[in-house]
Amino acid sequence: MNRFLLTGATALALLCSGAAQAQQRIKIELWQGLTGDLGSAVEEVCQRFNDSQKEFEISCPTQGSYDSAVQNAIAAFRAKKQPTIVQVFDAGTLDLMLSEAFVPARKLMEENGYKIDWTNYFPGIANYYANSKGELYSFPFNSSSALFYWNKDAFAKIGKTEAPKTWQEVEAFARALKSAGYECPMAINYDTWTLLEQFSAIHGEPIATKDNGYGGLDAELVINKTKFVDYIKFMKKGLDEGLFKIKLPETGANIVQAFASGECQMTMTSVADHGTVGKTAKPEMKWSVAMLPVMEGTKRLNSLVGGASLWVLNGKSKDEYRAAAAFLNFIAKPESELFWSTRTGYIPVTKTGFQHLKEQGFYDKPQYKGREIALESLTASEVTPVSRGIRLGGFIQIRKEMRDALSDIFAGKVSVEDGINAAVERSNAVLRRFEKTYAGKQLL
Amino acid sequence: MDRRAVYKTAWIGGLLLAPQLLLVFTFFYWPTGAALFWAFTLERPWGGGNEFAGLDNFRMVFSDTAYWGAVWRSMVFALGSTALAMGLALLFALFCDRQLRGYKAYQTMLIWPYAVAAPAAGVAFRFLFAPEAGVFAALNKIHPDFWNPSVNGFHAMILIVVAYSWKYLAYNFIFFLAALQSIPRALIEASAMDGSGPLRRMWDIQLPLLAPTMFFLLVINITDSFVDSFGIIDLTTHGGPSKATTLMVYKIYFDGFKGLDYSGAAAQSIVLMLLVMALTFVQFRFIERRVHYR
Repeated sequence: MNRFLLTGATALALLCSGAAQAQQRIKIELWQGLTGDLGSAVEEVCQRFNDSQKEFEISCPTQGSYDSAVQNAIAAFRAKKQPTIVQVFDAGTLDLMLSEAFVPARKLMEENGYKIDWTNYFPGIANYYANSKGELYSFPFNSSSALFYWNKDAFAKIGKTEAPKTWQEVEAFARALKSAGYECPMAINYDTWTLLEQFSAIHGEPIATKDNGYGGLDAELVINKTKFVDYIKFMKKGLDEGLFKIKLPETGANIVQAFASGECQMTMTSVADHGTVGKTAKPEMKWSVAMLPVMEGTKRLNSLVGGASLWVLNGKSKDEYRAAAAFLNFIAKPESELFWSTRTGYIPVTKTGFQHLKEQGFYDKPQYKGREIALESLTASEVTPVSRGIRLGGFIQIRKEMRDALSDIFAGKVSVEDGINAAVERSNAVLRRFEKTYAGKQLL
Repeated sequence: MDRRAVYKTAWIGGLLLAPQLLLVFTFFYWPTGAALFWAFTLERPWGGGNEFAGLDNFRMVFSDTAYWGAVWRSMVFALGSTALAMGLALLFALFCDRQLRGYKAYQTMLIWPYAVAAPAAGVAFRFLFAPEAGVFAALNKIHPDFWNPSVNGFHAMILIVVAYSWKYLAYNFIFFLAALQSIPRALIEASAMDGSGPLRRMWDIQLPLLAPTMFFLLVINITDSFVDSFGIIDLTTHGGPSKATTLMVYKIYFDGFKGLDYSGAAAQSIVLMLLVMALTFVQFRFIERRVHYR
């Protein structure tokens, strides 16, 4: 008798909880790769979405780094426990693009009844995450580009009021700064994103054949035959002369810290660091940003986007995709873009978002002034085949090979040509291996 | 009379073994099997394709000069860290065994480092040895680049050997001290009465009696130095500058997890496994002969 009652009660309780669950919000996860202040900013974006409506709920746990976000998502995907959305950084794009693990952005939005004006995304940003026909596969999210940071106070001492426009000017300014007693005129590191990728794009130099890989998986690196070689020679000469100094976290301060502390007077890094410099520099220090310099006599093309995009993964339910579409629609709204750019140093990714920021007077405020230059740099020209982006397999390994080569070259262990040639050869082996792994797959 | 206790039925024994076998299977044979499969195929990270590659992955690994560099550096690291960790541990254990003043405090403190996780040790050493902010900053002011592991590969190697040995020193110390304390005092005292000094006694009595412990520690230290160095490297040098501290295990991590080349990393881990097995075999075959257990 007792047992009968108990069973009945349990069944009733189960029924009730089932009914309650039906009224609960649809929950999805976004795995992000940002941490610290930027990680909290993503969580705030998710919270704003949760507060804006009652139907869906998104949670955005960080995975510790960009790499781990991809690694963890792969492991989870293989175990069929993947999140609905994952944040994937620029270099992780191609592996995902060639897989059947994702739902293309356009398909997701169409199936869930959203009409998106895809041309509203800045072409320099969208092309990085689109197929060769320009159809977006993932949603641009945290986007940046590289800027040139310069210390106005130090420049005043040498009688300059403007940032250098060419590398020849950088050299002259650095020499003047050095004779004015500045120990570290310009901080550099081994970052291939600025030294190789941005440089090649804005100078219209290819990184690889087949339009930087957009034309097929059989592309080959060509950077040992471009202006990049002269540029690295130029940088090496500046290093030897003491005009440039290498600043790494391992030595005590990275380039951003070295610039913000006033130790180094120039550097180049992402616009995403604009906020960090503003927050960590002494209030009386005057500094500004400019577009990356070019070599004398070069016509500037658009720079490349950096950062990460949001991918929607396969194998989730209709409801979960509805939630994902609602979230992705939400973050592309101009108000969301204003919040995101205010909270972080990242740039808006849509034209309406940029317009909204301008109308709100965002770029007139002293602490944000200059960030629009990143967009000017991204839109400096029509997107050309070499400034569209980079679509190379194993790109994480290629970046590492180049980084190792730069560190050997700058340390004087190998000559510029030998170092770059060796890295190109090793990178091409990585590319051939990638091509074999995806044998029979076509780039769309 | 033989009075061994045996189970009458075999299945009870099997049942009692099952949890252990299950663990070994799940955490050793299964992953090893998967690695073996990937090593002979080309695995796509996001799934959806797996091309049979035969011996291609191994061919690629062995034809890669960077790989041989990593093998060479792993050897240097294994010898360096084993020599340092065992040598110092033995020295300290001998001192403690002689019960010099304050030995109890030393004894406790020398054991602690083993309880510190590798990442924590890595962070501590990165900070201590940072060229512009650490203890070497003052020396670098006098002589620039006197110590700069971010540029100088040799310095970086020293850094990871020291950081790694610091932890294993504690482990070895425990074993050496225990072994020393199990040597009958009567032996030491007798030879002392015969007029032999501490060094003589160490050379003629203690070290020979320590041989089995030394052999055990040698095998463990060499093996672990091949597979356990990851935490230290990842937190101090990231395998750099350039590839100066990219040991075999770190290369596997980078190629597999960061570079998403699952098959290349799988082939490398099979090679590493075989190498460690071979080294252990060599040690048992050639060094153990010289060890007397009684």
